[in-house]
Amino acid sequence: MKPFTYARAGSPADAVAQFGEGTAYLGGGTNLVDLMRLGVSAPSHLIDVTGAISDEITAGESGGLIVGAGVRNSDLASHPLVRERYPMLARAVLTGASGQIRNAATVGGNLLQRTRCPYFQDVSMPCNKRDPGAGCQATMPGADTEHLAIIGHSPFCAATHPSDLAVALTALNARVRVTSPDDDIGPAGVGQGSGRWVEMPGLHRLPGGVPEQDTVLKPGELITEVELPPPPGGRQAYRKVRERASFAFALVSVAALLAVGPDRRVRDCRIALGGVAHVPWRALAAERVLLGMPPAPEVFAAAAEAELRYARPLPGNEFKVTLARNLITSVLEELTP
Amino acid sequence: MDTAHVTDVTMTVNGEPRAIQVDNRMSVLDLLRERLGLTGTKKGCDHGQCGACTVLADGRRVNACLALAVAYDGACIQTVEGLAGPAGPHPLQRAFLRHDAFQCGYCTPGQLCSAVGMLTEPGPSAVTADLTEDPPLTPGEIRERMSGNLCRCGAYVNIVKAISSEAPPRSEVAEPLSAISLGDTAPYPPAERLGEEEAGAAL
Repeated sequence: MKPFTYARAGSPADAVAQFGEGTAYLGGGTNLVDLMRLGVSAPSHLIDVTGAISDEITAGESGGLIVGAGVRNSDLASHPLVRERYPMLARAVLTGASGQIRNAATVGGNLLQRTRCPYFQDVSMPCNKRDPGAGCQATMPGADTEHLAIIGHSPFCAATHPSDLAVALTALNARVRVTSPDDDIGPAGVGQGSGRWVEMPGLHRLPGGVPEQDTVLKPGELITEVELPPPPGGRQAYRKVRERASFAFALVSVAALLAVGPDRRVRDCRIALGGVAHVPWRALAAERVLLGMPPAPEVFAAAAEAELRYARPLPGNEFKVTLARNLITSVLEELTP
Repeated sequence: MDTAHVTDVTMTVNGEPRAIQVDNRMSVLDLLRERLGLTGTKKGCDHGQCGACTVLADGRRVNACLALAVAYDGACIQTVEGLAGPAGPHPLQRAFLRHDAFQCGYCTPGQLCSAVGMLTEPGPSAVTADLTEDPPLTPGEIRERMSGNLCRCGAYVNIVKAISSEAPPRSEVAEPLSAISLGDTAPYPPAERLGEEEAGAAL
């Protein structure tokens, strides 16, 4: 591991003011420290932001919740209001990682964790995300593709976003507040409460020709909190398919919400997929098919088909298209009242 | 190493205050093993995947391999060496002996610290049907909650049995984590338990 200097920030404004070339923000460290040990990431300066950002969950003005970006994953999942009002979110967090990792990992760090693409994590392999212009081993013949994308990827990168939390937040229309080095922060350095909002979906970006950029955040920008809108009506679920029963990343996961009106028509629906794309994938085409229709198996199948006709699986991961289709239809059937 | 890349940290380790200068790159795991001689905590994968390095930091179980010592300045760390009390081994240590919950023993310190932490954690798990419940710790719940600890000998069956034998009723767990002090193995009243432990031990 490359030597680095270390400092703690006391506020978001302090953190962004300290940010410079070669700097990385440190949250729980469960991904960053591992990447530094692997040689994938080699910052020369770490700013520990755990004392700079909120670790509390509070009531939002509109009836939702404000989750500090420093809230540990385990505290988010065990919060009574999250369990009661946003069950897909609690379930998504609980299916991620292990008890030890959830105790350390922060909400902000979870959203900004890097892909677990085997070629990104292996510094002996070419990777455009790690080393722009080097090439992409994941799209070469014979690549191990089961954890790679089936939708929205480019010839330059087929990595997937590994977070479960982000999939649920994408379905819930959450947004994140971001403090930027460019913000006019004021003489007292009061950063909390300032900053722009970034909507989800919209925080993460597709790889295109710039796979080194995972999100729309600019260098030095810091997520300070996540806002959950008031709980939408309807039933929610998060289901994750993986190679073993626990402590594994998703092959495919789905966060879904279904609200059926008294006229037995779909009044609201949200579907987001994990494990399939460079972003938590909001299935808007499927949602458009469902809205206003009766909640019936053939409608669910048509909705899944409408989304997955955009899928372009890689050699060896065609099974994920079938898996995603079956997962969408089976979760929607489970949610039908 | 120049002074820019080292930091003076203080930690309470198993109840004892320690002041050490560390290379910023040093993990809590390496600090415990290489600098403090506490080799009970094991290095397995060094990537947060096996759980052999699990310790309690301010009462919460974490992977010591992914914890930078510099970021844990001021923390209270409890390792397997700190689980036993004046009255003898921790009840979970006794349960592991009683149920033969290990073969080679390499994962055992991590399993023990993880189980001690797990038993204080409130709320549901990924296998809990109703998320608003604090479910009883059935074997299925214990397996899910302990999935961050691997055992390459495959002693899982008896590890689950040992932990089940010490799982308190869930009503006793709902205490906030911050209220649990270190060195105090919260849900267990050691003195009362030891008599029956010893009577029941068929070793």
